Amino acid sequence: MDWSWLPKYLPMLVSGISLTLQLLVFSMALGLMLAIPIGLVQVTGPKWLAWIARGYCTVMRGTPLLIQLYLFYYGVGSILATVPEVRQSMFWPILREGYYYAILAFSLNEAGYAGEIMRGGFLSVPKGELEAARAIGMSPWQVLRRIWLPRAIRNVIPALGGETILTLKSTPLAALVTVVDLFGVADRVRQETYIIYPPLLLVMAIYMILTFIITRIFGMVEGQIPTRR
Amino acid sequence: MFPEVLEFGRNGFADELLRGAANTLLIAASSFVMGLILGQAGALAKLYGGPVSRFIANIYTTVIRAVPELVLILLLFFAGTRGISALGVAVGYGPVDINGTLAAIGVLGFVQGAYSTEVIRGAIQAIPAGQIEAARAYGMSGPLVFRRIIVPAMLPNAIPGLANLWMIVIKDTALITVTGATGELAMATKLAAGFTKRYFLFYFVSGCIYLTMTLVSNYLLGHLERRVRRGQPKLA
Repeated sequence: MDWSWLPKYLPMLVSGISLTLQLLVFSMALGLMLAIPIGLVQVTGPKWLAWIARGYCTVMRGTPLLIQLYLFYYGVGSILATVPEVRQSMFWPILREGYYYAILAFSLNEAGYAGEIMRGGFLSVPKGELEAARAIGMSPWQVLRRIWLPRAIRNVIPALGGETILTLKSTPLAALVTVVDLFGVADRVRQETYIIYPPLLLVMAIYMILTFIITRIFGMVEGQIPTRR
Repeated sequence: MFPEVLEFGRNGFADELLRGAANTLLIAASSFVMGLILGQAGALAKLYGGPVSRFIANIYTTVIRAVPELVLILLLFFAGTRGISALGVAVGYGPVDINGTLAAIGVLGFVQGAYSTEVIRGAIQAIPAGQIEAARAYGMSGPLVFRRIIVPAMLPNAIPGLANLWMIVIKDTALITVTGATGELAMATKLAAGFTKRYFLFYFVSGCIYLTMTLVSNYLLGHLERRVRRGQPKLA
């Protein structure tokens, strides 16, 4: 095994890990923010909104993330490139970057998966607690903010942990739209030095460590939640 | 109504896309079956195996499930095709050129196997122990217990998880595109989109085809689950 490439590519590896983590954190955060309304309207919303939300989840979960990413990056990107106003605008340097398309595609995709989880979470809160909150005189918004949402999120933390790991495992797709994330580094080493296995194996080990760390973090968060046994 | 590039025949890419879709289904189905076989073996190793086979099965499921599919596909694809080729040289057969589709099936099946192992292990563990003990008490041999009791009793527990895995493998076939080895739907889409420069149109259409596959599968698998659950008491 040839490890001579390692010192030269070490800085790139570090920035790759940081990019992977950025992709993970932003996609999860944006995805969850979208998932809360998507889950909520399926439980209490008007029928037509619930249908839209359910349809959204079905589409996002029923098509490959790779196709979604390419639809945004190549599809939307090539359409944007034909509009001169967009090309000359100050946003063009951003609209050209694969990084932002990756975050967009990952968060929209994540919203589909997490939306289903949140729907289950909202359903799992006992009715009596919501009735009690209303009986005390809380407004619907207060019930949601103080009782329903926190209880729902607590119930779905284990599921969200699994979802975070799945998202981590889909971040290497960003390398296909020119982002040099952790996996992108292995790809770059292969292109520049024709060394295939050592970088891929190293990257694989790092992904395993990241998975392990995420599992531990979620385990600790779950341990913080007081439950009656 | 359709733009010309979506017609059948010489000018359009409809036949290319449909052939790609058929290829996707073929690769997905073969990998799924390979995954089931590996999963069955892995589950039995984890539940009834000795320390060595248990250890191997544990390493297999832990490593495969913790690493991104894309990384695994590239690694196994290169390592697998080269390894087999080198093996061909070693036994004096000369370098072997592995068919891209076969390599894709092997790689995806190997990854599926790890996930199937966990689904099947859980399903077997959910069978009440008394049922297996009763079968043994009747004097059934190990294979007979497996065929008559364990498989039919675990299927209702395993089908939802396996259905999920089937959806995942359909979507994972798209990742094979990175190896450029075989012409499944994502690859056909990429070629058509690159050739016509109508990226949005083709990725949109391709997404619709994938969605059709998953929706139809979902419908059929729902029926299958109801069938294997027949006679079971309804949950509250």
